[in-house]
Amino acid sequence: MIPLSWYIIFAAILFCVGLYGALARRNALAILMGIELMLNATNVNLVAFWRYGTLAIRGQVFTLIVFAVAAAEAAVGLALIISIYRRRTTIAVDEINMMKW
Amino acid sequence: MTIVQLVFLLVAAGALFAALMVVLSKRLVHAALWLIVVLAGIAVLFVLLNAGFLAVVQVAVYIDAIAILIIIVVMLTQRAMGATKIQVNRNWWLALLTAVVLCVGLLALFNQMPALQSQAPTLEADAETLLDDLGVSLVDVNRFILPFEVASVLLLAALIGSIMIAWPRDSASEEERET
Repeated sequence: MIPLSWYIIFAAILFCVGLYGALARRNALAILMGIELMLNATNVNLVAFWRYGTLAIRGQVFTLIVFAVAAAEAAVGLALIISIYRRRTTIAVDEINMMKW
Repeated sequence: MTIVQLVFLLVAAGALFAALMVVLSKRLVHAALWLIVVLAGIAVLFVLLNAGFLAVVQVAVYIDAIAILIIIVVMLTQRAMGATKIQVNRNWWLALLTAVVLCVGLLALFNQMPALQSQAPTLEADAETLLDDLGVSLVDVNRFILPFEVASVLLLAALIGSIMIAWPRDSASEEERET
C-alpha cells in the first residue's frame, strides 16, 4: 500500500509550485490559479491525514469547508478581476496601482 | 510495487507536470486547461484515499465551476494580456527562491515526522456508512452544524458580493450621456 509520506511529499511540491505561480506571475488570473493549486495541496494533506489517522470523519468535513471557501474566493476574485478590467483595461497586477501612493 | 502504488505514481507525476505547466505556460488558456488536469489528478488521489464523495465534489466544484469560470474570465480579458507580453514580474527569481527554499525545508522537515512511513489503517466502516456519517455530521447539532452554516452564509455573501463588484456601475450614467 501507499505510505503516508508519498501524499505529503506530493502535496508539498504542489504547494511550492502554486506558491511560485502566485508570487511570480504578473497576470491576476494566473495568481488566482496558483492560489487554487495551493488550496488543492492542502486538501490532499487534509484527506491523507484523515485516512491515515484516527480522527473519525473530521478531515473530510474540514475539506468540504475548504471547498466552500475556495468557491467563494474564486467567485469574488474573478469578479474583482472583471471589475478592474472594465476600469483600467488591464489585469497585470503591477499596472494596477490606483491604491498605491 | 503494487498496482495501487503504480497508479499513484503515474497520477502524481502527471499532476505535478501539469502544475508546472500551469505556472509556466505563456498562454493563459493553456494554463487554465492544465489546471483542469491537476484538479482531475487530485480527484483520483481522493479516490485512492477512500474519499469517493470528495472526489465527486472535486469534479463538480473545481472542474465544473471554478475552472470553467476561470476559462471564461481568461477569454473575457484576453485582450489585456496576450501571450506576447512578459508573464512574470521583475522579482520572479525571488519567488523561485522562496518556493525552492520552502520545498527543500518542508522535505527536510518530513524526515523528523514519526508517522511518515505509517500505512493506512483498514477502515472499520464501508463506504456507504462513511458517507452517511459525513452527511449526518454536517447537520448534527452536536457536531459540525456551525461550520456548515458559516460556510453557507459565506457562500451567500460571496455570491452577493461578486455580483455587486462585477456590476457595471457606470452603466446608468453612460446611458444618460448617450441619450
